Formats: sequence, structure tokens, C-alpha cells
Amino acid sequence: MKVTFPHMGNIYVLVKTLFDELGIEYVIPPMCNKRTLEIGAKYAPEMACLPLKINIGNFIQAMEQGADTIVITGGCGPCRFGYYAEMHREILRDLGYDIEIIALELNDKGIKELLEKMKKLFGGKIASSAIPLYRALKALIQMDKLEALSYVVRAREKEKGATDRIIDEFHKKIKSVYGCKNIVKLIEDTKLMLLRLPLDSGHKPLRIGLVGEIYTLVEPFTNLGIDRLLGNMGVEVNRSLYLSEWIIEHIIKGGLKIRKKQLFQTEAEPYLKTPIGGHAQETLGHSVIYAKQHYDGIIQIYPLTCMPEIVADSILPQIRKDFNIPVMTLIVDEMTGEAGYMTRIDAFVDMLLRKNMTKEKASEALFFRN
Amino acid sequence: MKRCFLGIDIGSVSSNFVAVDESLNVIDKIYLRTQGQPINVIKKGLSLIKNSLVDYKVSGVATTGSGRELASLVVGADTVKNEITAHAVAALKCCPDVRTVLEIGGQDSKIIILKDKIVYDFAMNTVCAAGTGSFLDRQAARLGIPIEEFGSYAVKSKNPVRIAGRCAVFAESDMIHKQQTGQCLEDIICGLCQALVRNYLNNIAKGKTLEEPIIFQGGVAANIGIVAAFEKELNAKLIVPEHYDVMGALGAAIISKGQYEKKGYTSFAGFDIINYSYSTKSFQCENCPNCCEVIELCSEGEVSARWGDRCGMHSQVRKKIDQAI
Repeated sequence: MKVTFPHMGNIYVLVKTLFDELGIEYVIPPMCNKRTLEIGAKYAPEMACLPLKINIGNFIQAMEQGADTIVITGGCGPCRFGYYAEMHREILRDLGYDIEIIALELNDKGIKELLEKMKKLFGGKIASSAIPLYRALKALIQMDKLEALSYVVRAREKEKGATDRIIDEFHKKIKSVYGCKNIVKLIEDTKLMLLRLPLDSGHKPLRIGLVGEIYTLVEPFTNLGIDRLLGNMGVEVNRSLYLSEWIIEHIIKGGLKIRKKQLFQTEAEPYLKTPIGGHAQETLGHSVIYAKQHYDGIIQIYPLTCMPEIVADSILPQIRKDFNIPVMTLIVDEMTGEAGYMTRIDAFVDMLLRKNMTKEKASEALFFRN
Repeated sequence: MKRCFLGIDIGSVSSNFVAVDESLNVIDKIYLRTQGQPINVIKKGLSLIKNSLVDYKVSGVATTGSGRELASLVVGADTVKNEITAHAVAALKCCPDVRTVLEIGGQDSKIIILKDKIVYDFAMNTVCAAGTGSFLDRQAARLGIPIEEFGSYAVKSKNPVRIAGRCAVFAESDMIHKQQTGQCLEDIICGLCQALVRNYLNNIAKGKTLEEPIIFQGGVAANIGIVAAFEKELNAKLIVPEHYDVMGALGAAIISKGQYEKKGYTSFAGFDIINYSYSTKSFQCENCPNCCEVIELCSEGEVSARWGDRCGMHSQVRKKIDQAI
């Protein structure tokens, strides 16, 4: 059995750590790229959302490298994501691929079926897979922290591009590092390298909060690396969603039914009382939190046709009005034109810079960011 | 010798060149069709504007528009600015109290909301071109009317027909349908103008409050039919500035003056570049799965810049050249 999985930001760090620890053979699909999307867009229904298309591309590229089993998560009802596993199965079968899909999800058959599936994947050793699972999750938490740190450093680095170089190097190296201990060490080392970078202490960066649909937020290929783009303009970004958080909150706490009400839910309540699927409540709640923390602006990102985010998008103008905070929405799919996307980001940063300054200095900011 | 500042706006449909003097008065403006050949149009634009600048010394150049990066490399621009900022700067120059800027260009349209002379909000069209100039251009060509006269037909209409303006393709088939049923030309054209305005207001201006004074700029502002349709729909008077068709370039020129005051010198390559031979070619980098399309600019047969790569391994050529200089 050679297992593969879809990419989603740093999720591969978790899966790699887990499979290393359990001794399961796996294939990491090539990092999402244009070809991945081309393959996906060709075989997925046109109106399907972007993540499904990229998933299909990931699987086909992994199968080219010998994968014969796919492991994915699923679930009932968060949004169309709930149907992904079945869609994947049907599409790949129609294409004539002989591949097994293990969907780890809690459905109406309860935990028993999930355990059955885990048993199949982990080769019978469920109890002994608890520790590796714990370790893998810990590695992902570290990884997410590293990413959050990079946002702070990138905005202030003295030598432009230094942070990018360190992070790129990390993603290159991790492929040839095995086991939780070594992976965590690599993360720690990278963190130290970031912390040692000389920073421009006089630079007071703009702060932008990123909200929106989780896949397009965490997968840099889909958002054209917006965190880097902004960081390299000297803007400190803060991402509202991280995978590790999502796994802990939704899968673990949600699965064990011990999930408590979070701050974003309280803050979203005046605008959207009940969860409507996807991350609509998160988007609104976090926008309010950013506004209250006096962020300079908010950018919402979501894939075209994402229903929960469309609802959030139409409520955001109210938050914008109530807190007087600029909000911009970027919608991505396989047709996204890079030029228009960049122009919007560039103009948004220009706008925030100008707003931020006193009147005499405002005109300067407008002219001299480059 | 008096100083002047150049603004270059390389758009999808038109390319504009504006030269301003130190008091920001427009010395000359050139409006050309890009026709998909940005380098040729840059050379042509410069050679035309050169004639009116014999008494002046160019002290700053800024580029904007979708071809701004390429243009900046060819002319040696001091500043590269996005269109939103450039248009806002120009609008503020023409009407310091402006609150709303409507801009409709060839391939994109935008709205800019200002508060206290500062850009407060903006939006650009995303997935649809039905509310842009090239749509009108195409329909005018189909009806056999010069685009310049399009608007005057519209204002003659007594009973404009309602045309589905959601999408350029459907609008066209709806328009053909109305022709087939025998509606008169004026009414159809007026209906088209109203459909475009509706589309613009429903898509780009959605959720925004449009306050007066409202400036309408971009090539489409020449169309009196569209202006009338906007005024009817918004129940407000629109200001069409004198240089409505070159506002992006004007904004860029103003920005380059600011840059000069800060920097004290210009990196303008001079008018000699008109005689240089430029060529571009693109190739797909196979070095990693990103498969970036890298574009290479050659001047006089030598590679002078490359861009389009995410990792920077090709675009470093430019830095090396910069260092050598």
C-alpha cells in the first residue's frame, strides 16, 4: 500500500510525520502547481469549487509516482467539502484509475466506521497509532507557529527576500528528513534562523488580517502567495485560520463533543447567529476581532462559488461601516488573472498607507512606497 | 530649461502619454491605440510627445496601466504605480473635493470612493467585461457605427429597449434579437448604454454609497449616451474632466513630479530609445513544477530584463545589470 493525500498548506508536514512514525509507505504529491490545476480543471465539473479541482490534480500526479491509496478527511455538511470523498471516488473511477479511497469522516454510522477505516490505514494498530498521531499534530502546530513567525519577520527584514529564502530552503529540506524528532528539529532550526535575521526596528508595518475560506487561505498556490506578496511590501499579515487549530477544534474537540464557544463566534453573533457551513462565521468573527485590535485592513479570500463565503461577503460591508475598517475581497479560481490580482493588492496597500498618515505625509506615502 | 514630467499609461486598448510642467499644467497629451503592441506604441508615443517638449527637460517618468512593468523597463521609469492610485491622483487634481470616481476603460472598469482627499474604498470589475469599453467598441463595429458617434445615437432615443446586460455574449444576442424584431437603431443603442450602466452599478458599485461630486473618466466618458444613462440612474450630475481620456497618464505624471522632488534625479532613459530595437520573447521555465512563464526583454539584441518567475532565478538578470550600471 502506497498512500497519498491532497495538499493543503502545511498539512503535508503532519501526514509525513505521522506516516514516518507509523512506517507507512507514502507519496507526497508534487507541490500544487499549474499542471495540478490543469489536470483538475479538466476532470472536475466546471462549477465545482477550486479545492476539489486541485485535489484531483494532486491525486493524479501522486498516482503517476506510484500511489495506490488516497486518504482524505470528509464530513457531513460543513459545505460541499462533505461530498468531496464521493466526488473523488466517482471522478477517478470514471477515468479508469484503480485506486482505493479511505475517507476519514464521522458520518451517521458513528465512530465505529471511522475506527474500521483507521484500522485499515494503520494496519490494525489503532491503539499504538495514538502517540504518532499526537506527535504529528505537535509537529504541525510547530510548523504553523513557524509560519506565523515568518509573517512578523518578513515585514521587518532588513535584507529583502531573506525570509523567503529560509522558508523555501525549509520546504526543500523537509522532504529528506524523516521522523517526528528530526522534523521538529528542522522546524526549530528554521525558527532560530528567522529569529536571527537582522530587522529594521524603525519600520512600523501596516497590519492586514486575512480571513476567508480555509483552503484558499492556507494553500499559497491558490492565493498566489498573498502572505508573501504583502510581507515583501513590508506589511505584517495575520492569518485568521491555521490547519492545526482547525484539526484540534473541528476534528478532535468536535469529534469528542467537547468544543467550547470561541471568541470569534461571540463576535460574529450580531452579524450571523448560526453557523451556516464553511467558515462564514469565522470570517465575520475574525474580521470583528481584527477591527477591534485596530488592524489597518482586512482581506477576504475565497474560491469562486463558495456559498458560505458569499454570504459572509455580503455581510462584511456592515462590519466595515461599524468599525470603519477597509475590507477587500479577492475571489480565486483557475481563471484568476495574476495582473488584476496584483493591481488590487497594490492599490489596497497604497490606500491603507495613505489612510494611516497625517495629511501632509499622506501624499508622500502615495508616491514613494517603491 | 524648464522641467517637465512624463506619465505613461499602457492600457489594454489605449496607451496614453501626458507631459506636465512644474505647475502640473498639461503641456501635451497623446492618445494611441495599443493594439497589443506595447513596445511599438511606447516608441511611437515618445516620438510624438518629444516634439512638444523641445523647450523642456524630462525630470521624471512614471508608468501605470496593465503594461506598466514592461513600459517602466523600456523607458527607465522612476515610479511604477497601479491604475487605482494614478486615477485617484489625477481626479483629485481636477476636482479636489471629489468623492466618487467612475472610470471605464477598455478592459476594466473601476470605482474609487474618496473621503477627505484620501482613497477610502475601491473596486474593479472581476469576472465580466460587459461593463467596459471594448464591449461597446465591438457592438459599435457590429452595428456599423463609428464609436465616436455611438453616444449621439443614444441620446436621440425616445423609447430605449431593455437589453440583458449581465454578460457581453448574452447582451449581444439580446441586441440581435431586438434588431430582428424591428426596433430602431437609436433605441437599441440607448438600451445598450443603459445595460452597461446597470451592469456597472450592480457589479462594481455594489454596496457602495456614491456621493457627489462624481467624476467620470476613462475613454468611455466620451460617450454622451453613457453619461446620460449614468446621470439618469444616479440622479446626479457627472463631471467629465478636460483630460478624461488620459487621466491614468496624468496621475502618473503628477506622481513622477513628487518622486523627482524626493529623489532629485531621474532614471529616464532618454528619447534615444525610440531608435533602439526591442524584442520580447517568453519561455516556460522547467526548473520546478510552477512552470512560470518567463518573459525576456532584449534591447539591441542583448537581454536587458526578465520577469514573470516566482522564485526570482531569472529576474535576477535585471539586478545584475542594475549593479553593473
